[in-house]
Amino acid sequence: MATTAPATLARGPDVAFIFKKALISGLVALVLFSLMIGVRTEAGPEGQLIYWTRFGDLAAMVGVVFGGSIVIELLRYWWGPVDTIRIIPPSTTKALAVARRGIAPVLLIFTFLVPVIFYDQRYILDLGILVLTYVMLGWGLNVVVGLAGLLDLGYVAFYAVGAYSYALLATNFGLSFWICLPLAGILAAFFGVLLGFPVLRLRGDYLAIVTLAFGEIIRLVIINWQSLTGGPNGISGIPRPSFFGIPLTPGDDGLATKLGIAFSPTHRIVFLFYLILALALLTNWVTIRLRRLPIGRAWEALREDEVACRALGINTTTTKLTAFATGAMFAGFAGSFFATRQGFISPESFTFHESALVLAIVVLGGMGSQLGVALAALTMIGGFELFRGLEQYRMLVFGAAMVLLMIWRPRGLIGHRAPTVFLRHEKVISAELVEDARA
Amino acid sequence: MDYFAQQLINGIVLGSIYGLIAIGYTMVYGIVGMINFAHGDIFMIGGFIALITFLILVSIGLTIVPVILLIVLLVSMAVTALYGWTIERIAYRPLRHSFRLAPMLSAIGMSFVLTNYSQVAQGARVKPVPPIITGGYTLHEGAEGFVVRLSNVQIIVVITTIVLLGIFTWLVAKTRLGRDMRACEQDQTMASLLGVDVDRTISMTFVIGAALAAVAGMMYLLYYGLVDFFMGFVAGIKAFTAAVLGGIGSLPGAMLGGLLIGLIETLWAAYFSTEYKDVAAFSILIVVLIFLPTGLLGRPEVEKV
Repeated sequence: MATTAPATLARGPDVAFIFKKALISGLVALVLFSLMIGVRTEAGPEGQLIYWTRFGDLAAMVGVVFGGSIVIELLRYWWGPVDTIRIIPPSTTKALAVARRGIAPVLLIFTFLVPVIFYDQRYILDLGILVLTYVMLGWGLNVVVGLAGLLDLGYVAFYAVGAYSYALLATNFGLSFWICLPLAGILAAFFGVLLGFPVLRLRGDYLAIVTLAFGEIIRLVIINWQSLTGGPNGISGIPRPSFFGIPLTPGDDGLATKLGIAFSPTHRIVFLFYLILALALLTNWVTIRLRRLPIGRAWEALREDEVACRALGINTTTTKLTAFATGAMFAGFAGSFFATRQGFISPESFTFHESALVLAIVVLGGMGSQLGVALAALTMIGGFELFRGLEQYRMLVFGAAMVLLMIWRPRGLIGHRAPTVFLRHEKVISAELVEDARA
Repeated sequence: MDYFAQQLINGIVLGSIYGLIAIGYTMVYGIVGMINFAHGDIFMIGGFIALITFLILVSIGLTIVPVILLIVLLVSMAVTALYGWTIERIAYRPLRHSFRLAPMLSAIGMSFVLTNYSQVAQGARVKPVPPIITGGYTLHEGAEGFVVRLSNVQIIVVITTIVLLGIFTWLVAKTRLGRDMRACEQDQTMASLLGVDVDRTISMTFVIGAALAAVAGMMYLLYYGLVDFFMGFVAGIKAFTAAVLGGIGSLPGAMLGGLLIGLIETLWAAYFSTEYKDVAAFSILIVVLIFLPTGLLGRPEVEKV
């Protein structure tokens, strides 16, 4: 091709350069993987360590890196530099805008119909509940990270507080789910303020690490305070939710008997599905409404520039504390839902991985976009389910995806960081004005 | 008193290990301004490499302990340093001018990759090794028969740390590379205008940090006699706490912070409760950041608009 039109086409891919680069990558990979993959250690039968070699795996890995390096270089050549501006035809832009406006209602209607369509497929219903739980957590964390711009790596602590509040209140005092739900939310919000106070002066990375430490402290206390929380064994026998006081059981006072229909265990699953859907939509609705209030605008201002925010007379203390408290409250709701759905909770469900997963959902969703977070939760949890067969590679893929995503689209799939309020008409500086200025 | 003296020794040894890891955090934060979240996992990788090298050397029939230790040290430093270099190249360099949370999130992703990579590659079970260095000295024999001991491993850990810290301080203070590093720390744009290769300097910072973390990993292996794929997480947070406590960006501060964290953790475990020793370490992090955000030896951070 280059010979037919040498004047218009740039030179072809530099084979020698690409090959050299791939060779270097391969060599680096060889050194990196030589000991970690080429040799496998394991404790032998008498407790002493034994090892065996896996040169086949090592060769395969190095080969993959070598080949992958060539492919990446070629792709880079064909796609051109990353920051080239591509001209998208107006028709495509218009179609995309229509799709973007239409997707939220369609998704919502589809979600409402999921229990109807998949009534017999327990697996899909369970998966739906799981996805919705993460959607809710994502929306809750979105208040803290997406709106107020406070990086919170310990969000799972509030989820744990909510779950344990419900579990303890229900098992010790026999309170019903509907009384415990607000209590769990309030308790989690209280913990949010508790965390918020000390970290008020911190920003950015420091804030992230302190919230991480806070999350770990909560988890360690749960593990070690055995008399209250049952320690690593967790709490079991957490009561199931009732339909506003009417239990979902096969007995005479159960909902099925009262409605005069045959009892089925699926009723409870469907009920749980709509329950979490309602909770998630509540989160979404509150967030959208809050964004229009002064406090929501203060959050967005805080995210954009804290110093400017303070200069404009916004009380950053209350702004940060309300963000933490609101986010924590929703995590508390989600936590008590989690406890009632599982019937059993243990500290293992509240590790740092959960925090990172929710944070990844928010970041992938574009930090601040409600729809983006929902789609990201669907992608992430759905993706996790696809990898279920490859249990041990799941987190590996998750981590790698996080790195690649940051490199490829640091603003998330649906970048949406525009403030809710902005000037509708931009002041146009016309040519005459410029000319005047020059004269 | 004897009991206290023994705990003091244990705390200093543990603190030396934390200090070595903390130097990596503090250097990277000083120059790039990001928390290298994957640094704890680099430490873990260093421990694994040391373990595997040790196994291979023993199985080919090498028996002279100092030679084994030296080879293990060099191999694990070299390979782990390459890990540090690669990670910077893949996960951090493309994001250097991105928005401020991007490198942090990329680092968290990298930390997951490393943890699960070693889990997949080496299995999830704890890898124990028999004590490599045995023996020690009895410093004092108490009236109730309580013996204060200083083992050879402890001596080696502390001496290695002191020697490395010496070499490293010299590196930063006297060499060309050290000068470049300090220049980049102050102003990257200006440094590059004056002929400092910023990319290379940052790479070298990661390489040195990873090499020191590898030493810490090897010392951990010698001292505790085991490694597992999950040890990087908690050790990483504690070392970060040490770096913050000493004042982030300050090398002597990192070492001092490491020693303090090691001592606090050991004494807490000895006198209060073993279960809550991590809680104590994390609480210190929070308390320090509230009352002393610049740490013990750090410079105050100027807020620019």
